[in-house]
Amino acid sequence: MTLLAPTGSGRPPPAPPAARSGRRGLLPYLLLLPGAAWLFVFFGVPLAQLAAASLYDPSGSLATGYAMTWAFSNYPDVVQAYWPQFLRSFGYAGLALVLALLLGYPLAYAIAQKAGRWKNLLLVCVVAPMFTSFLVRTLAWKTILSDNGALVGLLRDVHLLAPDGRLLATPFAVVLGLTYNFLPFLVLPLYASLERLDPRLLEAATDLYASGAQAFRRVTLPLSMPGLVAGTLLFFIPASGDYINAELLGTPNEYMIGNVIDSAFLVRLDYPQGAALSFLLMAAILAVVFGYLRRAGTEEVL
Amino acid sequence: MRMAPETPAGDLRLANLTKRFGVFTAVDDLSLTIGQGSFFALLGASGCGKTTTLRTIAGLEEPTSGQVLLGDREITRLRPYKRPVNTVFQSYALFPHLNIFENVAFGLRRRGIRSVDDEVTRMLSLVQLDGYGNRRPAQLSGGQQQRVALARALINRPQVLLLDEPLGALDLKLRRQMQIELKRIQTEVGITFVHVTHDQEEAMTMADTVAVMNAGRIEQLGAPADIYELPATAFVANFLGQSNLLAGEATGASGGDVAVTAHGARFAVPASRSRAEHGPVHLGVRPEKLILVGSADQVPAGHQHVTGVVTDASYVGVSTQYLLRTGWGTELSVFAANSGTSARVAVGSEAVAYWDPQHAFLLPRDAADTDRTSPVLDEPVGASS
Repeated sequence: MTLLAPTGSGRPPPAPPAARSGRRGLLPYLLLLPGAAWLFVFFGVPLAQLAAASLYDPSGSLATGYAMTWAFSNYPDVVQAYWPQFLRSFGYAGLALVLALLLGYPLAYAIAQKAGRWKNLLLVCVVAPMFTSFLVRTLAWKTILSDNGALVGLLRDVHLLAPDGRLLATPFAVVLGLTYNFLPFLVLPLYASLERLDPRLLEAATDLYASGAQAFRRVTLPLSMPGLVAGTLLFFIPASGDYINAELLGTPNEYMIGNVIDSAFLVRLDYPQGAALSFLLMAAILAVVFGYLRRAGTEEVL
Repeated sequence: MRMAPETPAGDLRLANLTKRFGVFTAVDDLSLTIGQGSFFALLGASGCGKTTTLRTIAGLEEPTSGQVLLGDREITRLRPYKRPVNTVFQSYALFPHLNIFENVAFGLRRRGIRSVDDEVTRMLSLVQLDGYGNRRPAQLSGGQQQRVALARALINRPQVLLLDEPLGALDLKLRRQMQIELKRIQTEVGITFVHVTHDQEEAMTMADTVAVMNAGRIEQLGAPADIYELPATAFVANFLGQSNLLAGEATGASGGDVAVTAHGARFAVPASRSRAEHGPVHLGVRPEKLILVGSADQVPAGHQHVTGVVTDASYVGVSTQYLLRTGWGTELSVFAANSGTSARVAVGSEAVAYWDPQHAFLLPRDAADTDRTSPVLDEPVGASS
């Protein structure tokens, strides 16, 4: 490049020489490298390891060692043994999602559109519980829902609960825990979408003969779709794999697939079974997510 | 549905309309009748209450007191979606998730009309956007979006179409083009248009009737030419165009003329052009009605004049705009058409500005008010309330 070239105004700057553009072409890949290496070592390799473990001989043990026997039968075996927990996982997560939507959508809408100067404070309130540990929060729910707690007492007094009825150790408690614990993951993306919603569009909709409900259905809802899709996924995926809530707020009758995987790896030390269950859960969630994204049809998310 | 655009419309009437936001009075006891089928412009600076008035008509704002009537029907408290009134918003407010076709069809669909294809196609061709139905608003230019907003409102055949600074975001050339276009469409569809603008030229180009608003009140209402030729207040005289207003004292009418003393000189204004005959007044003459000559003996008989020194001359193509500093220090504006009939006057030279008394006007003046010659400047577009 010569510095002596006439710098005629309005003329585009000369193109950089080919050698430099070549190095620039490599730059994105160089930037990608640390992350990719990290993912390979701590995600790719363990994933392959897990896939291998899911095909080990099921009769082996930690003491005697595992033999790679390509035991694909591990998969049908675990489905047969644990399909109720699978169904329960998705059932509880789905139910919790519905509850979270009923709570979270109005909340996100109010914070984004109506909160005015309280907006930031309210957002902090949504996120604040995350400052304490997941485990501690769930244990707190255990106290709140306990048989001799105030809530159960009140519900028994007003006969919403039978005299010997309880909240803890019921499916209700587990779904409640899931709803509570993952609510922020739903609210935050929804908030981000609704915050961008121009209230003038709603004015335009009412001006064009849309009642409040119609304006919501035709304008607010479609425009909040990206946040809604992202939020439901961020809620549903961890909720369906969760085991803490069922463990602390439920009984073995409420155990979800996460609990089974947990015990396979840490209690029963049945690695092939745990690995097969993990892979099945991953496959099931991916199937649900892709099915959902196809129906929701939002190219903005993926 | 409840709204029935087919029923004969009537005049739009605002009766003692008041809107307060806290302690701020945006619209102050405003009464107004807008004739059916007319093109009405609400003209005023930012924050004068014109947009609030419009939003009250649309139902997006509920008045503190007063009434909005459409024909014999009171619509003051009617929800916006139940009014036969549509708005073209300043921001257009097109629905970004819908294509142009669905944007235009929106109102019809909400009213439960099934077959919208013909109507939408017809509307799109009225605003010259044939074939744009499948695009998204973001893919259109500002002028095209503006026309979609217009089509989206017009397709409902409202009794009244409200336009809230609809051309504010367009560049000058496109704006002129759209002004003519809007006027054409209004004539074609015959719907009452209420147009809010801060651009006096726009108001004058398009409207049959202009209301000049200031501080929540209407200062003057009338045909653009009438308001321009004979403004009612000093605000109007300098908001709609520019005026040279000289502070003086009126000493009563005699023989069809009102005599005025201003800055030691005596002037006369026809009584028909005087809005005050006694006490403090502003003697007004438009800059283009002043003629600049070299000396007092060139002033024709029956004309009046002031003498001064030319302090500035701006050549703007069609005319040259002079500033003439009078003996008492006020700088008068003089626009001389560059028609080639008169020589240009050099800056620094002494000159005489004369006018026909038939072109002057007399306005009442607050005793404390002095000469006013500069136009009322408006804030940039987009800051309007």
